[in-house]
Order: sequence, then C-alpha cells, then structure tokens
Amino acid sequence: MDHVGPILAAAPVTLGVTAAIFVVGALLGVVLVTGRRSGNRVIRSTARTAIDVLRGLPPIVFLFIVFFGIGSGAIRLSPIEAAVIGLGLITAAHMAEIYRGSLLAVGPGQFEASQALGLSRTTTYLRVIGPQAIRVAVPSMITWAISLLKDSALVSTIGVAEIMSVTNQDARSSGSSLTPFVIAAIVYIALGTPLAFLSRFLERRLSLSVRS
Amino acid sequence: MQTSLSTSLLNDWSDWLPRLLDGLVVSLQVTGLSLLFGFAAGLVFALLSSSASPVVRWPSLLLVEIGRGMPSLVMLQIVYFGLPGVGVTLDTFPASVLALSLTTASYTSEIIRAGLRAVPAGEREAADALGMSRADAIRFIIVPQGLRIALPTLMGFAILVLQISALAFSLGLPELLSQAYSIGASTFRYLDVLVLAGLLYLAITIPASWLVGRFEGRLATNR
Repeated sequence: MDHVGPILAAAPVTLGVTAAIFVVGALLGVVLVTGRRSGNRVIRSTARTAIDVLRGLPPIVFLFIVFFGIGSGAIRLSPIEAAVIGLGLITAAHMAEIYRGSLLAVGPGQFEASQALGLSRTTTYLRVIGPQAIRVAVPSMITWAISLLKDSALVSTIGVAEIMSVTNQDARSSGSSLTPFVIAAIVYIALGTPLAFLSRFLERRLSLSVRS
Repeated sequence: MQTSLSTSLLNDWSDWLPRLLDGLVVSLQVTGLSLLFGFAAGLVFALLSSSASPVVRWPSLLLVEIGRGMPSLVMLQIVYFGLPGVGVTLDTFPASVLALSLTTASYTSEIIRAGLRAVPAGEREAADALGMSRADAIRFIIVPQGLRIALPTLMGFAILVLQISALAFSLGLPELLSQAYSIGASTFRYLDVLVLAGLLYLAITIPASWLVGRFEGRLATNR
C-alpha cells in the first residue's frame, strides 16, 4: 500500500535529469543566439531554422526522433543520454529566444557607447551588455525550468526511471490506478512551487524599473 | 544507388502518408475540442479567480495552480487510468479531450485573468458612472477588451496544445505520433517515419506561430 516511498525516491532522478537538460540548454542556447545574431546570412538563417524547428516540434516527437530514430542506428544512446540531448536541444532553442529578447531589451545606446569607448566585441558582451541582459533573462529562464521539470515526465516514455515511470510501474503492479498518479501530481507541484516563488522573488529583485 | 535510395524513401513516405494524415486529423480534432472546452472553462475560472469574494477566489486559484502544477502527462494518466477507480471509465478519445481541456483551462485562465486585469480601471469606473450593473460591465466592457488583450497569448497557447496532444500517444489514442510509432515498429524505419510525422507537425506549427507573430505586431501598432 506504500505508494509514496518509491515515487519520492525517484524525485532525485527527475531533478537530476531536469538540471542536466537545463544546463545543456542554457549553454547551447548561447551558441544558437550568437548564430541567430550573426552578421553572416547563412549562419543567421541556419540558426533561425534550427530554433523554429526545435520550438515547433512536439517535444515527445523530437525525443522519439533522437532515441528511436538516431539513437538506435549507428550511434547507441542510453535513455538518459537521449533525454538530455533531445530535451536539451529544445531547451536551447527556447533559451536562445529568451536571450535574444533580453539582448534587445538592452538599449542600442549601450552598444554605441561601448563602441565609442573602443571596447572590443567580447568585452562589450561580457562586461556591458551581458550583465544587463541577464537581469531580464533570469525570470523567464526560471519559468522555463519549471515547465521543464514537468516536461521531464515525458522521458518516462523512453524508459528513464524518474517519477512518472516509477508511478506507472506502481499503478500497474498495485492495481490501484488513481492514488499513485495523484501522489505523483502532488510531488511535481511540491517540487515546482519553490521555483515559482524564486521566479517571482527574482523578478521583483532584478527589475530595474518599478512597475505600476 | 543514391537516386534509388531516395526514390524508395519517397515511395515509403507516400505509402505511410495516408495513415499519418488520418492520425493528424485525430490530433487536430483532440486539439480543437480541447481548445473549445478549455478556453470556455478558462474564461469561467478567470472570472471566478478575479472575484472580490475570497470564498470564490481562493478555491478557483487553488484548482488552477493544481492544473498548472502537474505535468500534462500526469493529467492524461489520472483521467484515463485513474478515473475508472472512482467509477468513471472513458474511451481514449474523450479521455484525451477531457485531460487536455483541463490543462488548457488552467493555463488559459491565468492568461485571460492577466488580460482582464490589463483593462484600464477607467473603463470599469465609466461603466459604473453610466449606471451599468456589475454583471453587464463585466460582460460588455471588461471581458471583450480583456479577451482582446489576451488573444495573441491565447493563440500562442493553442499551438502548444497541438504539441501537447502528442502525449495522448501514451493512452494509445491513434493520433499522429501513435501512427508514426506503430509504422516504425512494423518497418523498423523509426527515423524516416518519425521525421515525416515531425514535418507534418511543423507544417502546422511554424506557419501558425508566424501568423501569431504578425497578428501580435498588428495589435501592437493599433494601440
């Protein structure tokens, strides 16, 4: 009758997978947004197409393409590897859009001033634009992390032993179908709620202008 | 060799396409119905959770947070596998529609609530000054303007619901992903058929998000 134990025991896997996907996505997102803002037309449109495709596909379809399509052919991918690569790339595309919006939120005067001071492009981005853009980006990044925590449930479909797949097994073996899923729902909500508060707190903390 | 390979791929694709299109129709039906019920319920929840009375406001806010807090996959499993435990047994299609409607309602109620709150306070005061009843003010003044403000976000969410509908695969609903997967299982050509299914999803989501972007731009310039 104990459903809570096994489901809770799987929570670290969900958190770990989510964190790995988030880190991969946040880093690759920088690459994508750099491409998206490149002066070279070919690079720019390639990055743009990649972002549109990754954002347009249902995550589970892309996950299946990576795991069953690519990962079962020449390259062998374990479920966790496929999960991190698949959802990591989708996260990267969304991060790239968040970064792009945040960079646009930094006024053009900042770029012009940096140029007038003779700062290099790298210094401009690292020391002037980046710190201002990250304030704008962080709340949206955390909002994405919350939805990622929930979306990570779909890696159960390729066999990662996280909350959702343990719940499915539990429901099947115990024969009681409602309770395990309700417990899983409660665990997800309990994991997501602190992140939601953090997002709200940081949004207030990091915003430069006082909202009406 | 190269040409025969690509013609065989094209032949396979044209063999698979009818089944995939059947699946796409199911995906679109589930998406359309979920949006219809979800938007309607979302509007109701938006109004309830903007109510002045805490007895009305708090329970509806709580329900919305529960709906938004759980993964859509869990919602699908609760409705399909869980509800029979309390005597409600649904077929895969109605179960998918119900689960996606609940998810849609939770998310859209917050989107609509933000839209309602963005209606300037002067509108409500003007309606008051004209002697309109509260219900009339909400119905004729606040809701139409609030929905208009929320519209681009709601349209963006509609695209997301098509993506979420792929999760109904887990219930065995014969939608696009299920069809692709079962073709993959019988031919062992997972990559080809899944890519084709992906292209069908993209054929809808990319133009749709382009349209939403244009619509957003138009609304922004109108104001």
